[in-house]
Amino acid sequence: MNIYVLVKRTFDTEERIVVSGGKIQEDGAEFIINPYDEYAIEEAIQVRDAHGGEVTVLTMGGEEAEKQLRTALAMGADKAVLINVEDDIDELDQFTSAQILADYLKDKNPDLILAGNVAIDGGSGQVGPRVADLLDINYVTTITKLEINGTQVSIVRDVEGDSEVIETSLPLLVTAQQGLNEPRYPSLPGIMKAKKKPLDEVELDDLDIDEDDVVAKTETIDIYLPPKKEAGRVLEGDISAQVTELVQLLRTEAKVI
Amino acid sequence: MTKKVIVLGEAREGVLRNVSFEAIAAAKKISGGGEVVAILLGDSVQALGNEMIHYGADRVVTVEHPHLKTYTSDGYSQAFMAVVENEKPDAVVFGHTALGKDLSPKVASKLQSGLISDVTDIEGEGDGAVFIRPIFSGKAFEKVKIKEGIVFVTVRPNNIEPLAHDDSRSGDVSSVSVDITNLRTIIKEVVRKSTEGVDLSEAKVIVAGGRGVKSEDGFEPLKELADLLGGAVGASRGACDADYCDYSLQIGQTGKVVTPDLYIAAGISGAIQHLAGMSNSKIIVAINKDPEANIFKVADYGIVGDLFEVIPMLTEEFKKMKSN
Ligand SMILES: Cc1cc2nc3c(=O)[nH]c(=O)nc-3n(C[C@H](O)[C@H](O)[C@H](O)COP(=O)(O)OP(=O)(O)OC[C@H]3O[C@@H](n4cnc5c(N)ncnc54)[C@H](O)[C@@H]3O)c2cc1C
Repeated sequence: MNIYVLVKRTFDTEERIVVSGGKIQEDGAEFIINPYDEYAIEEAIQVRDAHGGEVTVLTMGGEEAEKQLRTALAMGADKAVLINVEDDIDELDQFTSAQILADYLKDKNPDLILAGNVAIDGGSGQVGPRVADLLDINYVTTITKLEINGTQVSIVRDVEGDSEVIETSLPLLVTAQQGLNEPRYPSLPGIMKAKKKPLDEVELDDLDIDEDDVVAKTETIDIYLPPKKEAGRVLEGDISAQVTELVQLLRTEAKVI
Repeated sequence: MTKKVIVLGEAREGVLRNVSFEAIAAAKKISGGGEVVAILLGDSVQALGNEMIHYGADRVVTVEHPHLKTYTSDGYSQAFMAVVENEKPDAVVFGHTALGKDLSPKVASKLQSGLISDVTDIEGEGDGAVFIRPIFSGKAFEKVKIKEGIVFVTVRPNNIEPLAHDDSRSGDVSSVSVDITNLRTIIKEVVRKSTEGVDLSEAKVIVAGGRGVKSEDGFEPLKELADLLGGAVGASRGACDADYCDYSLQIGQTGKVVTPDLYIAAGISGAIQHLAGMSNSKIIVAINKDPEANIFKVADYGIVGDLFEVIPMLTEEFKKMKSN
């Protein structure tokens, strides 16, 4: 089976966000594989181990994203591809990202593409379904279970806490929700092997796409931190006095009750 | 220039969700005085049309088809695109619900448009509209605008104030028939786990429990308080993973994103993935034994104490307040 995983390098979950001049400051920040993409990588490896084939992890970004690709290779992916757009494109949005990824994938004949259901940085969750639409293949988002039988696919999908049991078929794109699996940690031998696995770098020129076709449709005009909440008030005194005070505050100060 | 804006309404069990009315309010702003057309898709939605008009839509177009009874991206995108081809809107608004999240990227791809997801506020109107959305799990916000093409946004439930319900408003409710073919996804079964009563993502008051609740029974006092306040019960991932409650109650990055007026977090430590789902709440109350718990950093009011002592006392105190 020819399996692709779309991954994104993101800020570490616990990282503090510093903004200056309307931009997020990246200096010194830790980067990780977007956590939902880790579920996608794990699932891809499990599908390959059960059905044979090859797992290619694909990302778009600058040189630094090689680190996350190596981690995915160390987990067990077979090949990695970095679409390096750093020099060609200033502003990427979900439209342009999907155009580029789909253009790369269109002659690769993937049977299965996996992605995270959302990236914890931008949080828009658009790129997976957009890529599927551009490739004219079906997609199912926020999946928590995947079973493949020939070209038939059974899926359980999380829909705001309810579960949908779905039948569909390959080729298919799915996006991973937490609960799909427990991503493995790269093992030491895995890390050694990953160093020798192929990691290709592709530029926009190598694709069949004009710079004009990838002009962003949206523009971020400012980024800012939420207004600093006044330090919350931790009440004092004996518990029953605190409870009485809290109800008073909710009523007269916060006016929510 | 005024804009023609299309809003996708969404019903659950035959009742329109509030986010549909909030989407109309967003559409009004984007329209800058232009027309707002609501679209309803389903197997039987004609009767819901007037409600959309009472909340501010100028006109309603419905598509009814047996294949639209349950949502599939293929079925809904075919129906929606058929209406779009007739209407040629300048802008589109969906709710940022499970359905909206799944469908909007596909429709945006077909329209070759940008899409601004999970909008919590709109500044300006018409061509000058600028959209505000949380990023990095709510640790920052961005202001985004559409540079060219159709303006397409999804709005986070419970953030944009709906217009006042006005049942003297009237407007045309028409239906279009669309051929829906080639569905590549079959929904075999929907296992409903969501509880009856108040919809968590639209609740004004939420009482949420975490691992500190310690058992399924431990949720009882929380339920009692939520019922008294006309609210809903929510949970952290910790509580769901420990089987104290169903995953349908989970709030956070993986679960539901909520913005109630009042969020009471009991026995929840305040992990970033939990905060991603609730930090926009108007007022946050934290009840936790551990004075160092992270949840106190986002709380407006905090009580350091045992939730099994504090919650029942709170219920009693609210009862007293209500009887006065
Ligand atoms: C990719 C990913 C996605 C995630 N998505 C989500 C998500 O959507 N939602 C979510 O919630 N989590 C999510 N998590 C998990 C999250 O990181 C935390 O593990 C989880 O929120 C912890 O739940 P908790 O606060 O209930 O438990 P704990 O962190 O164990 O906290 C329990 C708290 O209860 C307090 N306590 C104990 N007993 C009492 C008592 N008697 N009275 C008062 N206080 C008491 C303790 O002091 C402690 O602060 C996600 C994690 C990952 C990696």
